[in-house]
Amino acid sequence: MSRIDGYGRIDRTRTLSFTFDGTVYTGHPGDTLASALLAHDVHAVGTSIKLGRPRGIGASWNEDPTGLVQVEEPFPEPMLQASVVELTDGLVARGVNGRGRLATVPDTARYDHRHAHCDTLVVGAGPAGLLAARSLARRGDRVVLVDDRPEAGGSLAPTDRINGRAAHRFVADVVAELAEYPDVLHLQRTTAFGHWDDGFVLALERRTDHLGADAPPNRSRQRVHRIRAGRVIVAAGAHERPVTFANNDRPGIMLAASARDYLHRYGVLAGREVVVFTTDDAAYETAADLAGAGARVTLLDARPEAPAERAQHCRESGVDVRTGALVVDTSAGDGGRVSAAHVLTDGAPTTLPCDLLLVSGGWTPAAHLFSHVRGGLVYDSGLGAFRPGAELAGTDVIGAANGTLDLAGCLFEGSGGDAPSSPPEPPRTPTRVLWRTGGDPEQQFVDIQRDATVADVERAVGAGLRSVEHIKRYTTIGTAHDQGKTSGMIAAGIVAELLGRPVADLGTTTFRPPYVPVAFAALAGRERGDLFDPVRTTPVHPWHVAAGAVFEDVGQWKRARYYPQPGEDMDAAVLRECAAARRDVAIMDGSTLGKIDVQGPDAGEFLDRVYTNLMSTLKVGRVRYGVMCGNDGMVADDGTVARITENRFLITTTTGNAAPVLENLEDWLQTEWPDLRVHLASVTEHWSVFPVVGPRSRALIGEVFADVDVSNEAFGFMTWQDTTLDGIPVRLARISFSGELAWEVNVDSRYGLAMWERLVGVGALWGITPYGTETMHVLRAEKGYPIIGQDTDGTVSPHDLGMSWAVSKKKDDFVGKRSYSRAENANPLRKQLVGLLPTDSSTRLPEGSQIVAFAEDGTLPPPPVPMLGHVTSSYHSAELARPFALALVKGGRERIGEIVHVPYQGSLVPAEITGHVLVDPEGARRDG
Amino acid sequence: MQLIACPHCGPREEVEFHYGGQAHVDYPAAPQELTDEQWARYVFFRDNPKGPFAERWNHSAGCRRWFNAVRDTASYRFLAVYQPGEARPVIPETRT
Repeated sequence: MSRIDGYGRIDRTRTLSFTFDGTVYTGHPGDTLASALLAHDVHAVGTSIKLGRPRGIGASWNEDPTGLVQVEEPFPEPMLQASVVELTDGLVARGVNGRGRLATVPDTARYDHRHAHCDTLVVGAGPAGLLAARSLARRGDRVVLVDDRPEAGGSLAPTDRINGRAAHRFVADVVAELAEYPDVLHLQRTTAFGHWDDGFVLALERRTDHLGADAPPNRSRQRVHRIRAGRVIVAAGAHERPVTFANNDRPGIMLAASARDYLHRYGVLAGREVVVFTTDDAAYETAADLAGAGARVTLLDARPEAPAERAQHCRESGVDVRTGALVVDTSAGDGGRVSAAHVLTDGAPTTLPCDLLLVSGGWTPAAHLFSHVRGGLVYDSGLGAFRPGAELAGTDVIGAANGTLDLAGCLFEGSGGDAPSSPPEPPRTPTRVLWRTGGDPEQQFVDIQRDATVADVERAVGAGLRSVEHIKRYTTIGTAHDQGKTSGMIAAGIVAELLGRPVADLGTTTFRPPYVPVAFAALAGRERGDLFDPVRTTPVHPWHVAAGAVFEDVGQWKRARYYPQPGEDMDAAVLRECAAARRDVAIMDGSTLGKIDVQGPDAGEFLDRVYTNLMSTLKVGRVRYGVMCGNDGMVADDGTVARITENRFLITTTTGNAAPVLENLEDWLQTEWPDLRVHLASVTEHWSVFPVVGPRSRALIGEVFADVDVSNEAFGFMTWQDTTLDGIPVRLARISFSGELAWEVNVDSRYGLAMWERLVGVGALWGITPYGTETMHVLRAEKGYPIIGQDTDGTVSPHDLGMSWAVSKKKDDFVGKRSYSRAENANPLRKQLVGLLPTDSSTRLPEGSQIVAFAEDGTLPPPPVPMLGHVTSSYHSAELARPFALALVKGGRERIGEIVHVPYQGSLVPAEITGHVLVDPEGARRDG
Repeated sequence: MQLIACPHCGPREEVEFHYGGQAHVDYPAAPQELTDEQWARYVFFRDNPKGPFAERWNHSAGCRRWFNAVRDTASYRFLAVYQPGEARPVIPETRT
């Protein structure tokens, strides 16, 4: 055991049991998986992805590139860092050898999102961030403070003192004070992982994993906070970076400050024979503290002169301090753990046996959230790192993230002037900027997780790559899930060396979100399954469900597609429903049709401008079919227009186009014709609409609405009348999308279900059949009525659809009119809507099938084969007792009677081009 | 995700808005008198500058009003919003 009494903030009164690689171990609340493993002297946790080399725990938090584990229990998760997995009782994990494994069972945990709005967001609850949050809270700001560790305090050690007291006391006081302010939201275990425009920050809160079995079952496991901040203060600290040398990837090689962290946070002494290799002052504290805890420590400083005061303190603690020394290689013992450091001291080689090799090459500011919003980074030769440069509106960076590494400086920047006191620190000796020492470049790992070495960088430079962005992509350095937190700066430095250019000129790669890996489940939150997109249902929906309807999605709407009876598949159900509509009476729920109330003295004029046909001449009480086009003259939507009063029309749109049509109409009204006195309102959901279709519909409507004269003379085709049923207003209209005698029953949606049930109940006398959208499609296709968006694709004019009759020649202008006189619109080879009948009377051609010229030998000629058009709609017709199709065919109307070929399942199916109206072309049925 | 300042509602998330293309492309007074070339220029041709660009936007998930904006197409930043029918505001060079 490497647990040291008297150190750490873990709860030693309680013991947790966990399993790693099949062995049961114990730990304590407050441990991470990494600290608990190190407490049991487990350093090696897995093997690397490309080379299969043993890898271990390399750091104490999320900068660790190597300590990757697969969690199996409580829920499988691949490739987590052992250093960030909080230990819970019963945790089962194993080391990752190469790749992790995704769960094969559904994740039942809940994930959610929450919005937060604040004056200032502070990222990082170290000394700088805490003081910034406190001073803003004191002046009354709305503040959000997030920090990714379980506890506030950042990298403060127990030996640090603020205002003459232990620093952790000071931290506890500030945290307690922040909790007093109602407008402060302080979240630990919450990582700000991305920063976008206008102070938009996403932060991931981990809410239950650390609670283990005690987690409340209803609490979301993770929560993404969507924070909109007036100002963002980045106080995210800095990452210690290593120095690259040969075989620098072995288990037992760790960042220096992380070893100190394991000692002070978790009471774990990660090695007994310790070599500390540093180019910087901070590692002296690590060396002294580890020696004080019982390790035998040798400190190798790459600089010729040691910082005198710190070196003296180390020597008093028993540390062997040597200067001018470079680690150039390592040896490994059992399990691959480091066993010795090979050192050059002023050129003379020595070997130092060790079981822990700590490395410190200086500090790289964690300026990611500044860089995400394009904050410029500048190279600081004193740090050997890039730090925030020019000011960026709305974003401030303070503390170590700004390159300020001393406690007094961090307290000053956080407090904004009125800083608490801290003991004087020894003067800093400048960091020696050192990216790598010596050894075999093939063994010098730059990005350890990616198995990318100095040799890989050499190959990239040798291949002519000059930009760090290109070299990143060529070598994959910085693309592993630590995102190069420790390797990015070193890679830039080595590239600069190889190119012989200053690293300041070369720049660094751009930081991009996310700062840490974020599960898709967390990003999705509750917007999955039924909540992925809003679901719209009509008032009759429960009836459709009870009737066993099969639904289809039309935009956000759930529409009944067909109503299978026992033993029926879709084809059988649709044939039955079609036959009922053509021979008896049938009813469908058309409530999803888009409906727009158009009101105002200029409503008629407005509609004249947006429809191809004339609407202002429509008489009150009448209905007209209308086509809307774009400026390019191509069909955009269609529907009916009913004149309700002189200054009021009700227009319908296709179900899927309701919102775009309204937006387009508003566009014309607001921007081109603001002088027109017209107002628009969507009334789609105000009205339930039920087409009642078939030869017997007249009898049913007459029975239900006894005070309405339903004769053709009194109630003609394309007219509407208002009536009441049981005191409820009802609007009836003679509109037919099937060619049959039909009424549309319109009623306030609150009475939609009751009206439907009345019609179906009374209709039982005539054997009424409910039908769905599939039958509607067949019925309209038999009549050659196009579905906009199915039989058209934005390149089809009304003339192409055979609807020249719907294009007014009287109006001076309307949207699209000028385009019809373009030469292309008169091209006889434009694709036109036609019918298509497979001559075998049995093949149902797939929609989308290509149409080619008839081939005498029955085989497809070699490519390229000229395409004549394609099938847009294809069904089996009950009425025709055969399959049929609609198609867009070049010069189609001139080709009526011709036979063409349709490639289908490896052969050519002959089909005859016909007119597009296949049932009742003379229109005899609409009046019953 | 940036905020767009709707002239009627104030700053709102950009997902509430629909883009409407170049502003100040007026519907021709007499389309039938235009040549095919002139009409095609109106229907199909739009500017595509790098830098400030006057555009139409619709606050489609809010007040449903159309408005105009000058936006820098290189930085995506909105430099001004104004009403349809108003002249394009002058943007000081330093802001672009």
